[in-house]
Amino acid sequence: MCGIVGIYLKTKKYEKHLGKFLSGMLDGMATRGPDSAGFAIYTKENKNIFKYSICLNELKEKDFKKKISKFIKKIKITNYADHIILETNEKPSKILSLLRKEIPEVSLVGYGKSINIFKQTGNPKDVVKKFKLSSFSGTHGIGHTRMATESAITTQGSHPYSTSEDECLVHNGSLSNHNNVRRSLIKDGQNFNSENDTEVAAGYISNQISKGKDLERTLKNSLKDLDGFYTFIAGTKDGFALLRDEIACKPAVVAETKDYVAVASEFQAMAHLPNVNSAKIFEPKPGVVYHW
Amino acid sequence: MNFDLSKKTLREVNQHLQNVDRKKNTRKFEIINPQGQHAICAGLKDDIDVTIKGHTGYYCAGMNQKATVTVHGNVGTGVAENMMSGKIIVKGNASQSAGATGHGGALIIEGDASSRCGISMKGIDIIVKGSVGHMSAFMAQKGNLVIMGDADADLGDSIYEAKIFVKGKVKSLGADCIEKKMDKKNIDELNKLFQNLDIKEDPKKFKRYGSSRNLYNFKIDNVSAY
Repeated sequence: MCGIVGIYLKTKKYEKHLGKFLSGMLDGMATRGPDSAGFAIYTKENKNIFKYSICLNELKEKDFKKKISKFIKKIKITNYADHIILETNEKPSKILSLLRKEIPEVSLVGYGKSINIFKQTGNPKDVVKKFKLSSFSGTHGIGHTRMATESAITTQGSHPYSTSEDECLVHNGSLSNHNNVRRSLIKDGQNFNSENDTEVAAGYISNQISKGKDLERTLKNSLKDLDGFYTFIAGTKDGFALLRDEIACKPAVVAETKDYVAVASEFQAMAHLPNVNSAKIFEPKPGVVYHW
Repeated sequence: MNFDLSKKTLREVNQHLQNVDRKKNTRKFEIINPQGQHAICAGLKDDIDVTIKGHTGYYCAGMNQKATVTVHGNVGTGVAENMMSGKIIVKGNASQSAGATGHGGALIIEGDASSRCGISMKGIDIIVKGSVGHMSAFMAQKGNLVIMGDADADLGDSIYEAKIFVKGKVKSLGADCIEKKMDKKNIDELNKLFQNLDIKEDPKKFKRYGSSRNLYNFKIDNVSAY
């Protein structure tokens, strides 16, 4: 099963309510994925500041602060349950290796200038409350509720997967050639932290984009390179893209109004959105990349 | 009689509609705030009339017998699946597998239908006023799939004896599906169907597709494979 959701605001009208909308959408998809949930929420970027979304695991916030302060002075930490958002002007190359070498007990969930990303095991209804998703404002967001198939119910196995700056991916379905694709991507320098098939798809997308391909081209190529069944929502700092495989047995529905575009596995996830009853509602075609 | 699905549970509403006293005169019902819930009006078995105001989830009006259900909105996967008789009208678009395995009655979709519309249909009449998605009428056995708009790839793949009529363009035909002659008998049949459902269309504008029956039997040319 699994449920995926995404909402992109076309106007500024609902920016303050984005978290509330996304929270309701994940609530609505709790039935499709009761194991774990996660979401990425994009806010306006601050040119010089990078945000690092980090899951502390067992480490206490104050101990993390003590440890990281030894290496970087100018930091801001905001705490959300067992996750923190670390803000600094230090570049990802430095922070990523610092975390890996000096504080390996925490896990980096994602990073970028715009993305805030959270994921955890547990019922989506509890996960969204824990991370206070309703309090977030932003421009667009994507989310996932998981019913595990390919790998264990762990934070690492939860979506979204972020493998590059401001990029992330949620997936409903399963990939059958992920081990092969993972092996060839590792040879090409991509890092992976789990056995999960979706992380391979996220790594595939990051890998292609790092080679200068745009998101649309990359997703079109994935139709040929990734074998399996899927509905993907891939987020970037400018918006998100949606793709269903060519058989299209995994569901998706789109609702578009003059203020927003919402995507979900089932319509019931968007029944609470404003003016949704007068929205243009359609099912995205198989093998076609949609992006907003 | 009205039901508000934001106040009453789906089970309460469905149980009421499935057990309407045959002698009662209250036979018209309206459902508001469906909120995309699944299986609304599933398993109705009497001659009642239900109007749903809003969008529904999966399997809306599935297994229907005798009832008329009108949805003023879009429907999710498998609307009218395994319907036996009666009439389902969808004012908006339908998601995939609309009318799947339907045995009888009529399903009228005023918008578009997505992939696999009429998959394995067994006698139902499906009228789509818009277009249909890929692999529609897959393994369709009996009944009519009438498409006023276009059909996406692989129409009628592995079809048995269902008939497909298309007014618009067909992107491609699936395995064993061919265009067939639209003779007077077919025009009359389609005309009768339109008249029964109160649809104003000229049957002469439609092309007919059906099985070339090559997959029905083992091809003796392949016997050397054993």
